[in-house]
Amino acid sequence: MKIGVLVNEGPYTHEASDSAYQFTKAAIEKGHEIYRVFFYHDGVNNSTRLTEPPRDDRNIVSRWSELAKAHSLDLVVCIAAAQRRGIMDENEAKRQGKDAHNLADGFRISGLGQLVEAGIQCDRLVTFGD
Amino acid sequence: MFTSSEDMDTDEGGVIKQFMFVNRKAPYGTIYALEGLEVVLISAAFEQDVSMAFIDDGVYELKKAQDTKAIEQKNFSPTYRALEGYDIEKLYVEKESLEARGLTEADLLVDVIVLDRAEMAAKMAEQDVLISF
Repeated sequence: MKIGVLVNEGPYTHEASDSAYQFTKAAIEKGHEIYRVFFYHDGVNNSTRLTEPPRDDRNIVSRWSELAKAHSLDLVVCIAAAQRRGIMDENEAKRQGKDAHNLADGFRISGLGQLVEAGIQCDRLVTFGD
Repeated sequence: MFTSSEDMDTDEGGVIKQFMFVNRKAPYGTIYALEGLEVVLISAAFEQDVSMAFIDDGVYELKKAQDTKAIEQKNFSPTYRALEGYDIEKLYVEKESLEARGLTEADLLVDVIVLDRAEMAAKMAEQDVLISF
């Protein structure tokens, strides 16, 4: 099955991103295709590489990055939601005149059209949020 | 909002799906309603069969005469009136949610279709894609 995943909450405060990660991993292991993981609302905060949890805790951000690397996942962060919340890639930081960028490996910033397109292309679009 | 032409690519071999955006939250207090509306507007560019459902506190999103000055936030409720111009005309509102909040259809700023809970559930079951905010 071709599956799209929507993550609507940030890391740690809500379990949505953990659940989405576990679901995505399990779906891949079962042989399903993950077409795209789209991060919206506070979900964009799952993509900042400045995240540094205590050592005995999981690193939600790098866990996504590693999964993306291992399985060529398409992790897409909504640009409008990201700009509101201070998530920038290098190009965007330059364009906005910011002195830093923080997008983690394996993520890319793009538009909401990518979410709608996932809905069109996938057999299932699965939402993780409140 | 995105602007790249790649995002606007609607050449999907003419696939038209039924998309329903489910609005469950009050318009202010959290950003879900505002950002949800942004997705709805974008979806109009993809020539899909789009509808919206308003349930629970989501019915407040459509309340007439919203005044947000005191909370220093933008009153985005006029955008719901613009949906018609995007061919998004199927706005379903749950009867029980209105009643529980002392609202009637006359309190809303756009024309809606009022469904009871069972009818709303049936409408949801017809959809290909449900996105809930």
